[in-house]
Amino acid sequence: MEIFGRPLPAMLSQLLLGLVNGSFYAILSLGLAVIFGLLNVINFAHGALFMLGAVLAWMGMEYLGVNYWLMLLLSPLIVGALGILIERVFLRHIYKLDHLYGLLLTLGITLVIEGVLRSFYGVSGLPYSPPDALAGATNLGFMVLPNYRAWVVVASLAVCFATWYVIERTKLGAYLRAGTENPRLVEAFGVNVPLMVTLTYGFGVALAAFAGVLAAPVIQVSPLMGQHLIIVVFAVVVIGGMGSIMGSILTGLGLGVIEGFTKVFYPEASSTVVFVIMAIVLVVRPAGLFGKEK
Amino acid sequence: MNKTQLGYLLLLLALVAAPFVGAYPILVIKLLCFALFASAFNLLLGFTGLLSFGHAAFFGGAAYAAGHAMKHWGLTPELGLLFGALAGGALGFLFGLLAIRRQGIYFAMITLALAQMVFFFSLQAPFTGGEDGLQGVPRGKLFGVLDLSNDLTMYYAGLAIIAAAFLLIVRTVHSPFGQVLKAIKENEPRAISLGYDTARFKLLAFVISAAITGLAGALKTEVLGFATLTDVHWLMSGSVILMTLVGGLGTLSGPLVGAAIVVAIENKLGELGNWIASVTGIDWFNSLGESVSLVTGLIFIVCVMAFRRGIMGEIIAFIDRRRGKA
Amino acid sequence: MKLTLKPLAIALGVAAIAVSAQAQEKVKIGFVTDMSSLYADVEGKLGAAAIQMAIDDFGGKALGQPIELLTADHQNKADIAASKAREWIDTAGVTMVFGGTNSSTALATAKVALEKKRVYINNGAASSALTNEQCSPYTVHYAYDTVALAKGTGGAVVDTGGKTWFFLTADYAFGHALEADTSRIVKEKGGTVVGAVRHPLNASDFSSFLLQAQNSKAQILGLANAGGDTINSIKAAKEFGIDKTMKTAALLIFLSDIHSLTLKNAEGLLHTTSWYWDLNDESRKWANRFYEKHKRMPTDIQAADYSATMAYLKAVQAAKTTDADKVMEQLRKTPVNDFYAKGTLRPDGRFVHDMYLAQVKTPAESKKAWDYLKIVKTIPGDQVFTTKAESKCALWK
Repeated sequence: MEIFGRPLPAMLSQLLLGLVNGSFYAILSLGLAVIFGLLNVINFAHGALFMLGAVLAWMGMEYLGVNYWLMLLLSPLIVGALGILIERVFLRHIYKLDHLYGLLLTLGITLVIEGVLRSFYGVSGLPYSPPDALAGATNLGFMVLPNYRAWVVVASLAVCFATWYVIERTKLGAYLRAGTENPRLVEAFGVNVPLMVTLTYGFGVALAAFAGVLAAPVIQVSPLMGQHLIIVVFAVVVIGGMGSIMGSILTGLGLGVIEGFTKVFYPEASSTVVFVIMAIVLVVRPAGLFGKEK
Repeated sequence: MNKTQLGYLLLLLALVAAPFVGAYPILVIKLLCFALFASAFNLLLGFTGLLSFGHAAFFGGAAYAAGHAMKHWGLTPELGLLFGALAGGALGFLFGLLAIRRQGIYFAMITLALAQMVFFFSLQAPFTGGEDGLQGVPRGKLFGVLDLSNDLTMYYAGLAIIAAAFLLIVRTVHSPFGQVLKAIKENEPRAISLGYDTARFKLLAFVISAAITGLAGALKTEVLGFATLTDVHWLMSGSVILMTLVGGLGTLSGPLVGAAIVVAIENKLGELGNWIASVTGIDWFNSLGESVSLVTGLIFIVCVMAFRRGIMGEIIAFIDRRRGKA
Repeated sequence: MKLTLKPLAIALGVAAIAVSAQAQEKVKIGFVTDMSSLYADVEGKLGAAAIQMAIDDFGGKALGQPIELLTADHQNKADIAASKAREWIDTAGVTMVFGGTNSSTALATAKVALEKKRVYINNGAASSALTNEQCSPYTVHYAYDTVALAKGTGGAVVDTGGKTWFFLTADYAFGHALEADTSRIVKEKGGTVVGAVRHPLNASDFSSFLLQAQNSKAQILGLANAGGDTINSIKAAKEFGIDKTMKTAALLIFLSDIHSLTLKNAEGLLHTTSWYWDLNDESRKWANRFYEKHKRMPTDIQAADYSATMAYLKAVQAAKTTDADKVMEQLRKTPVNDFYAKGTLRPDGRFVHDMYLAQVKTPAESKKAWDYLKIVKTIPGDQVFTTKAESKCALWK
């Protein structure tokens, strides 16, 4: 059986691989969307903090012998704490200003984080292996899928939907959404909005670090690993609609799959396709697929 | 003649004299290319309120176009530069058509997306030479007479072109057209209610900015003899934002100062580091030259946190305060 | 110091010109390479350290005056590299420009050196255009180029039985050139190319390209890419078990890349290198000196930096001048014979020497730190580089 002149098994395996990449996009754009929703800040530092998450996983293993599973928990906590620090020291002073300043400030933070790590670890990268429990591969009939890749999809989808559930279906999430709409009113109800904002930023970047640890065994851990990804993830967020939680998850997965198929039919364009889609979407639906323009 | 005009005149005189008091002409002219780039960008961000995150496309696109025209079609420098400016303007028109009706951050993102496409085109098109870049563009003879391969001749010809382009920006800002742009920046709905077709004004401002950016890119190719992928990379778009911001958003002189600082950091940080190390005796500063992006990042942070108006913006505000008190 | 001296010299006017005329005979090397970005580990500051080591070994003096080394980081930007070289030549009196990694910076700097008539030596850049279409009487391309990598790896792999190839190619000029050159040699030797897939620069995930390669049933997976892309392709090939059905040949990879990949991921990898630290007693002796200082084994580029500097200084001493034409003439007529290579400089600027086809060891074969490669075959210099018939360089006709 064939689809568009390609054998079905080949298409199925590309679909699956697209989903794996889509999971990374989903979890990264989710963090960006959460931050944008409440803070109105475009967090350029997301890529750098993703990278920091991966580097921390490597450091844990290299210096302290801490295994993958523990770092999957610790790394987001450490980066989250760093995020809280960044929010307290820098970001909180610029909320009232134009978007531009948030973007520039976080771009500056990105350059500093990358610069520091680069001077310590160089650029060609650090090796990190998948944990023993997930080593090896499973034969699915149409392809051989490394177990670790399957775990990436499962783990990130679980985290994405848990986040979605908390924000859309719980009381805490209701405060959060209300804070997005009208912070002063929520404050009047006795909710500590500044604290909520701080914690949200911490949580958003913790998601980035979580993705970083997930990516560490798949992509070579290097100070530059975030730089290539961040621009694509920006595009994902814009296509999904800035600040839309479900939008960013679905768009992330969807674009991963589209990118995967592009790699078969027109591989040269596989990293441009996202931007083409973004341009089309912005022309047709300015607020993104799932967003509403304010 | 008021004080500001006097200031510009002095600056121009200083630039005319620069090669004779020890400044290295090629570095100065390169710096001025970036200053023009930043000024063109500032016309959009500082005076119209549009943040483009894709200006590298016009800068680099024009650099390739002009380089190709001068190298393979044998165009003379003035025609090559004109072609570069037109290429920048044409790209700007295309970008503008798609982006101009979008607001704020969406505008920035769509320009970024379009610029990424220009980057991938530049990476793949055969005439750009991929990662080798377009190399060996001849400087040629201006109007078929003036031989620009002499560094000093090149310097004065370039200075004249840049001064003229800068004057055009100043005129634009102070013209009725510029006033409408300012009105759009301050309060777009109001400008609409006054009967202005704001989208058209913004599009025109965008095309002018892109064309002047194109001129700056083409001139850089003319002076240095090559165009490479660095010119179209998104970091170049980031770099021009930094120049404008450090110098002072919405001030005419700011981008000049900002470009000077950013280019100086890229080119001279190593020497500055060695100098600090020899003065303070701290060895670490010797390796400062390898930390350009780190230092750039710190400047971004300090700028946004401490002096948002930029260097020139702060100076102007300071003078205004003094006047206000007196 | 330089900052305070400069205005003083200019104030002195005529005297300054007299001083600079004298300074012409002082040997000054200006080294501009990538010290902070993508290729910083291949050459970078340790490249500068290797050049300094050569200067020290030479005695620190040439033509009776101390030798000076200036360094700068071009951050992979051609405009910084070229304007730095220009400025060094015009204001600091640099007699030789030493260029580093990245083809666009190298080609731009070579043009400046040609215009200003200074010797230009490059080790790190891969583009064969430096000694072919864009050759110059002042350029010395010392270590390797894309043609040598293609011919070396392509030819030798077909000779050892790898007849069918599938390419994973970075989609820009460099990747295309590497793929085209390698395909040609593979076909000449009786092999076949069953397919190729072009990936965009800095694609972080290579698994889907690799599945396409695997479906082609070719014996050899040829990686026509560089840096992070090569590292990530090799890593993914291991993860998906591609290495069980295909042999991987990396067309451009350095010791520093293998070090960061670790043997577990890189084992079995075939590639061509211009030098390896564990070749013989001479190379080991030099490499150990380097290691003691920097705690890293040198890459072939860093070794070439030392060797090329030494060759240049000897030529200056023999020609008794820093004049570029005379030094180049001296370089062309003096064969090099040191721990790095035995070879000669051709009229097109290509330094011709033997290259090596190497295979990465398995973790079990590796006996000590940095014990990464076994040399499969020595490829004679006259076969591996561009031949006179193929050359488009006007200086070599």
